[in-house]
Amino acid sequence: MDFLDILAIITTATLYTSAPLVFTALGGVFSERSGVVNIALEGLMLFGAFIGIVSTLLLENKFGEITPWLALLFAAVGSGIFASLHALASITFKADQTVSGVAINFMALGISVFAIKKIFDGKGQTDFIQNRIDKIDIPVLSDIPIIGDLFFQSVPLTSYIAIVLAFIVWFIIFKTPFGLRLRAVGEHPAAADTMGINVIKMRYTAVIISGMLAGIGGAVYAISISGNFSSVTIAGQGFLALAAMIFGKWHPLGTLAAAMFFGFAQALGITGAYIPIVKDLPSAFLTMLPYVLTILALTGFVGRAEAPKALGIPYEKGKR
Amino acid sequence: MKKTGLFLSLVLATSTFLGACGTTKETGEKDTAEKKENKFKVGMVTDTGGVDDKSFNQSAWEGMQRLGKEEGLEEGKGYKYLQSNSDSEYVPNLTTFAEGGYNLTYGIGFLLADHVGTVAKQYPNQQFAIVDSVVEGDNVTSITFKEHQGSFLVGVLAALNTKTNKVGFIGGVKSDLISKFEVGFRAGVKSVNPKVEIISQYADSFVDTAKGTSIASAMYGQKVDIIYHAAGNVGNGVFTEAKNRAKKGEKVWVIGVDRDQHNEGMPENVTLTSMVKRVDNAVFEVSKKALDGTLKGGEIVEFGLEEKGVGIAPTTSNLQEGQVDKVKEYEEKILSGEIKVPSSEKEYTEFEKTLK
Repeated sequence: MDFLDILAIITTATLYTSAPLVFTALGGVFSERSGVVNIALEGLMLFGAFIGIVSTLLLENKFGEITPWLALLFAAVGSGIFASLHALASITFKADQTVSGVAINFMALGISVFAIKKIFDGKGQTDFIQNRIDKIDIPVLSDIPIIGDLFFQSVPLTSYIAIVLAFIVWFIIFKTPFGLRLRAVGEHPAAADTMGINVIKMRYTAVIISGMLAGIGGAVYAISISGNFSSVTIAGQGFLALAAMIFGKWHPLGTLAAAMFFGFAQALGITGAYIPIVKDLPSAFLTMLPYVLTILALTGFVGRAEAPKALGIPYEKGKR
Repeated sequence: MKKTGLFLSLVLATSTFLGACGTTKETGEKDTAEKKENKFKVGMVTDTGGVDDKSFNQSAWEGMQRLGKEEGLEEGKGYKYLQSNSDSEYVPNLTTFAEGGYNLTYGIGFLLADHVGTVAKQYPNQQFAIVDSVVEGDNVTSITFKEHQGSFLVGVLAALNTKTNKVGFIGGVKSDLISKFEVGFRAGVKSVNPKVEIISQYADSFVDTAKGTSIASAMYGQKVDIIYHAAGNVGNGVFTEAKNRAKKGEKVWVIGVDRDQHNEGMPENVTLTSMVKRVDNAVFEVSKKALDGTLKGGEIVEFGLEEKGVGIAPTTSNLQEGQVDKVKEYEEKILSGEIKVPSSEKEYTEFEKTLK
């Protein structure tokens, strides 16, 4: 294999495998920017994967190839509703946000596996879906020499949507009144309240949006990568997304870069086996690579990550 | 972490609790067992996959049904299964059979290994068996498979079907067990055509599906056209990648593992064949031994080709004419001892020398 082939494998694998993380981590940005810790991303992602697969399986006979896209929509709605539980517990009832998040994670796993058994006659995992979101070559763009091979071949559309979405989220959070309010609520809710912003409503909105995005992230993983759903389909990706969000300093574009970096480090670890000299290294080093790079990056390059000031603190009117 | 902790304490709590029940009842239980001596009862506890999982549970249950038919046992009385809907039900289910005076109780799959060990200790007068794992105990029979032999056969098919003379192997986490798959496969490929190159890679995970797609993509990218996986859920990613490529017109194959994975390859039809473990045959044989009273317990029983414990999948629609016969030929050679399939790296090095 020549260098370009290897590079193409790395770039396409990065785009492909990091898309679910990007969606989910962007969801995390919304919630945490509003001051609500969202450790529930894992559970919300899992729930999204579950809804995505189940709705694809149930509807694909009727809708054919567009089913996966409909399923993404359902997953967004389902996980959004599911996330409102987290909002209810942590905003209205002022429960500890971490505990509520952990509870959501357990609940998502329990509910989805239980429902799978009920829907599919006692099976512990679903069948494989027939219509996936496939890797495609983008017309025209994929014909550009080199660039086309590297960035526009064998990548599912969802990966590009994820990237565009990161820029949209950046615009919303930093360039719109809504975004300003969102950040205000997360930094100093009391001040925001005196300015007439409805803190509770803002936080609810943010948590529900984060649920929707995490749901899409989970569904993208299930529909474009795993192809079915079982209790281990989502095993840690939600937490990885959380890490990407912190790594990206709660900034949408930073988060995008961090999620891409995780995917990149893993792809590098995999393709290392085909690069001369590198392949002679013990495989343990290659497996370690993503983690080592992450630690290096975290300690060396990004500097101190600063969370929104009011993160994790329930808002109580009149309390100073 | 929290979950495992909670789960462990629950298991401990139930086992001590039930353990207490066991000892108090033991004397009474013995008398009744002696009275209905000729009433043989065998039970199996499924893992969370359920009894129609198209995998080990289903296969084990088929074995039991066959036993029932041949030996005139009645379903529900002579043989029975209990489904586990969550991890916490393993111990209660196993205990239900033991308390019910079942002569032999199976735990299906490695998830039940520890629990079978625990319950077996509390009921030393009854026999237990664990499928696809090894549990110590004088009254536990451990059923394992000679995966290297089955892998050898699919290796033969890989060598016969590759157009590019390059095949791949993707393992989950490197261990003695997964090595058996790899070296068996290598040996099979090389026996047919020493010129075929084999690329192996381990995912260091059994659940990371995304990693499966990336590894498969890298392999197919360098002209590998058949990949054999022994990597659990990582293998699902291999299937996704193969299906993606098949849809774009590339001719690539996946070889499934443990059970007939033909359906996993649909609708693009990318499953060439699968290496299957015949849990049904194993359950049948071990149950029969128990019925005849020759089952000792405390043994590891290995099911290989000879015992019809491993083989290629029943779905052969993607194989060329004559290839099934070719596999049969190699099966004979293994059975006659002409080919000794290696089961470790070391044995493989020896084996490779005999090829030239």
